[in-house]
Parts: sequence; structure tokens; C-alpha cells
Amino acid sequence: MPTEAQTTLVQVEGLGKRYPGASEPVFDDVNLTLSQGEFVCIIGHSGCGKTTILNVLAGLEQASAGHVFMDGREVVAPGLERGVVFQGHALMPWLTVRQNIAFAVRSKWPDWRAAQVDAQVLKYVALVGLSPAIDKKPQALSGGMKQRVGIARAFAIEPRMLLLDEPFGALDALTRGTIQDELLRICAATRQTVFMITHDVDEAILLADRILLMSNGPQARVAEVVKNTMARDRQRATLHHDPQYYRIRNHLVDFLVARSKGLSHGRAPAHPPEVCPGLDSAPPAASTAPHPLSNPNLLRSQRKA
Amino acid sequence: MTTTASLGFKATLLSLLLLALLLGVWHLATLNNTPAAAAPAAPLTAEQVEYAKLMGKDATGTTPTAKAGFPTLAQMGAVMARQLSQPFYDNGPNDKGVGLQLAYSLGRVALGYGLAALVAIPLGFVIGMSPLAHRTLDPFIQVLKPISPLAWMPLALYTIKDSAASGIFVIFICSIWPMLINTAFGVAGVRREWLNVARTLEVKPLRRAFEVILPAAAPTILTGMRISMGIAWLVIVAAEMLVGGTGIGYFVWNEWNNLSLPNVIFAILTIGVVGMLLDLMFARLQKAVTYAD
Repeated sequence: MPTEAQTTLVQVEGLGKRYPGASEPVFDDVNLTLSQGEFVCIIGHSGCGKTTILNVLAGLEQASAGHVFMDGREVVAPGLERGVVFQGHALMPWLTVRQNIAFAVRSKWPDWRAAQVDAQVLKYVALVGLSPAIDKKPQALSGGMKQRVGIARAFAIEPRMLLLDEPFGALDALTRGTIQDELLRICAATRQTVFMITHDVDEAILLADRILLMSNGPQARVAEVVKNTMARDRQRATLHHDPQYYRIRNHLVDFLVARSKGLSHGRAPAHPPEVCPGLDSAPPAASTAPHPLSNPNLLRSQRKA
Repeated sequence: MTTTASLGFKATLLSLLLLALLLGVWHLATLNNTPAAAAPAAPLTAEQVEYAKLMGKDATGTTPTAKAGFPTLAQMGAVMARQLSQPFYDNGPNDKGVGLQLAYSLGRVALGYGLAALVAIPLGFVIGMSPLAHRTLDPFIQVLKPISPLAWMPLALYTIKDSAASGIFVIFICSIWPMLINTAFGVAGVRREWLNVARTLEVKPLRRAFEVILPAAAPTILTGMRISMGIAWLVIVAAEMLVGGTGIGYFVWNEWNNLSLPNVIFAILTIGVVGMLLDLMFARLQKAVTYAD
């Protein structure tokens, strides 16, 4: 339970999605809340409906059951108060970086003069460190740079909430690390509320204040909410020196490897408990002791298996 | 770089050789047509002289009928030089310069094609965006598309009652299909994620059409426009042969009636060159709107 008073920005109640012809829903009874200024990651195996949940939050897809409320109003359509960073960057290849971002800026503020639009574009391009490439077309950019443009475009409209659908999935580990740091810095500076899908446990621990664990589909649910108890000014370089990091990490990996499968078909609780690995009196998994596996690569391969 | 340059050089050389070969064959094939090579005619009987006079020929028998037949290269060259030296002369309805005739044809094509684009591109947008419109209109398109544009001519002449407008209508009807189908295809194939970007940014429908869908579908639309232009240029010649009056098609037909094969050949070459230039123009446009993904 959150101890400090936080204003709830988004409330998801009993969300479910059933595709026509399917005997069981992909997910049902998904309940979660997002607070103002919070960074929330959602982790789960493929096919549990993470992307669908994000699309429902974005208003791009309709759920078959349940409701999403933002600021007390129901979300039924896409809107400018929710910025989306798409998995495949989704830049328009016939526009330059500047024009791509200006397209978004002009959508938000149609009455702005060209100079105002350009100033806003320059500001956010500089924020992601792409000023030298501002007049290039996306085809001339690397995958990491394209994704940065996608992030800059989402930030440039100054949304209330940012939705990221596995934004770094297609990037190599080094580039991913750099952009993660960038994202962390920008979010800390803007106090942006973020909801992000990821497959990467380390990414979740680095970025998120809370991590939502989804059980496997069909009939997947948010089974558990893990509170990130590490200090908010955590750094990628020093993260793995903190013993708390391994407690959280082991908890997440245990869930994904051992427990998520047993919680499919609606066996997960509809209202997920919030846990603080290593700090709870009754830990749900046998992982309080320092885990023998301190080799992240081994864990990574386990997770993928 | 050097390999492409040398490839280009080789190709040019071979093209020139091939041209020389073709001209050589032409020259050899028409060697016997020269007046000097013609055998002196046998003396004519009185009846034959009478007949020759009736047929409007020189009855004296001193100049044999050397004008008929395929022109030699020299005759061809002379005709081309004469035509190109004054392309815009106008000596009445049946004697106009080839430039003037081309201008008539190009004007008709521009008008018919322009009207077709005005109809096909917006309609293609509607068909591409609405599955209902697609299903509704598809049977009509499928039936109307394979009709030879010239088959419309009698109907056009009867209803429009104006031969010039009928020619333009024929160009219109033949240009419309590739543009319509390609526009619909291009619009329907715009990537979902770009449309989703527009949706999350609450982009208004008109702005979405012009700033997202149009540039995304532009390469496909231009392909359709290029095909349409090719067909329109094919059809204009046939249409003008039927309608008569002016235009490069009429010019071909008129010169055939004059039995002036050099002029016919010259017109054929001109049609080819102009068609190539039109296609080149659209290739440029296509390149300008194509984006690499």
C-alpha cells in the first residue's frame, strides 16, 4: 500500500479482452492504478495482452470489458494528453526529424506560429541529443536514433501520461543502455507519468517505481505489483552493487520463470497485492537469501526459455 | 563507379551499333526503290495511256512509278528535315505542321487525363479508406475497366454530339482506371502505425488525408498516374484517327491517305519520342515522392 499521499492519474477497472471466436479471454479482471509522476513497467510473457492493455490506455483499441479512467474521465478514444512511443518507432519516412516532431507539435498547438513550433521541436530534439541529425530523414538514422526521435515526438506534445510499448526491444544492449539513461534523466526532469511495456527485467528495475507482473494468458491478470524500493536516483552503472537490486531481480525472475504459468486461466488474484521484495515480512517466494545466481546472463537466458 | 560508367559506355555503343544495323538493313531493303534502278517501262498501248490518265498518273511513261513503296533513307531524311524545320506551319485543315498536330493531341490528352485525375484520385481515396465503398464500387470497376476505350466512341459521339469532346471523353475513360485502382490500393495500404500516430495526435480527417495518407500513398498513386499516361498516349492516336480533324493520330491517317509513307514513319517516330518524354516526366515525379523506409 502506498504510504505517501499520491494523486491517482489513471484507474483501470476490471479490464478484459476477448477476441471473437476465442473460448477464453486473453486477459480479464485487470485492475491497476497509475499515480501522478510515477514510472510503471509491466512485465509478462508474450501473449498475455500487455500491448492490448497499452493500446486500450492509448484509446487505440477497445476492451471487451472494464473501464479506464484518466483524471476521473473515461478513456474511449486516443487523445493528445496521452503520448505513445510505438514499438516500431512509427516515424513518417518522408519527413525529416524536425518535420516529424513538428507534425506532432502542430497537432497539439494548431495556433502556434512557425517559430514557436520550431522552438519546441529544437528543445525536444536537443533533449534526446539529436540536434546534429535534425534535418535528416529517418532512413539515414540508426535504430537507436529513430527510437529517440519517437521518444522526442511523444515528449514534445507534453502529455499527461506517456505510453511506451517495448520501445527498446529492437535495439542492441549498448544503445539500449544509453537511451535508458536518457529516458531516466528526462523523466526525472519532467516528472512525467510513464506506463511502459518491457521484457527486460533489468530495464524495469532501473526505470520503474512499480513493476506490474502479469500472469500468462489466456485469462491473464496483473498478478502482483512489485514496489521498487531502491532510491529514485539509481544509476545504471551502480545499480548492481546494491544488494536490494538482486532481491528485486530474483523476485521478478522467479515470478516469470516459475510462477506466472501457474497463474494463467484466471488463477491470479483480480486485485494484486503489492510486495516489496526483501523487505516484506512474509516473502512469497524463497528468495530472501542472496541468490546464488549473480550472473545476469544466466538469468536472462532463463527468462527467455 | 568506374564499372557503372563503363557499363553505360558499352550500352551506348551497342545501342548505336544496333541503330546502325537497323538503318543498314533499311538501306539495303530499299535499294531497288530508287528511280535510277527502275527498269525503263515498255511502250504503252493507247488503252493503257487512257487508263493511266484516268487514274491521274503521268501518261507519257517517261517517269516510272517510283514514288510508291517504302522510302529510302535519303527520302526519309529529307522529309524529317523539312518537317522539323517548320513544325508549326498551317496551310489549312489537311496540311499542318507536325508540332501543331502534336500540340492538339497533347492538349486533348492533358484535358482528358486531368479530368480523370480529378475524379480518380478523390474517388480512389474514398474506396481505399472505406471497405463499404470498395465492395460497392468494385463490380462496376471490374466490368468497366477491361472495355476498350474506343468502344465508348459511338456512345460518346451520340450523347455528347461533338467529336472533339468525344475524343477527350475517350482519353478520360481510359486514364481513369489505373489511377483509381492504384490510388485505392495505395490508400488502403497505408501503414497502420502511421494512422495510429495520427489518431493519438487527434489529427483532423482532412489534415490526415493530406499530411499522412497522401504522402504515404503517393508512390503508388504516381505509379497509377504513369500507367494511365501511357495508356492515354496510346489511345489518343487511335481516337484521333476515328474522330479526324486535328492531332497526331489524324496526321498519320491523313498521310496514309496521301500514300506518304515517309510522313507516316516520321509521325510514328514522333509519337514514340513524345511518349517516352511523358513517361520520363512521370518517372521523375515518382522518384520525387518515393521514400525509403
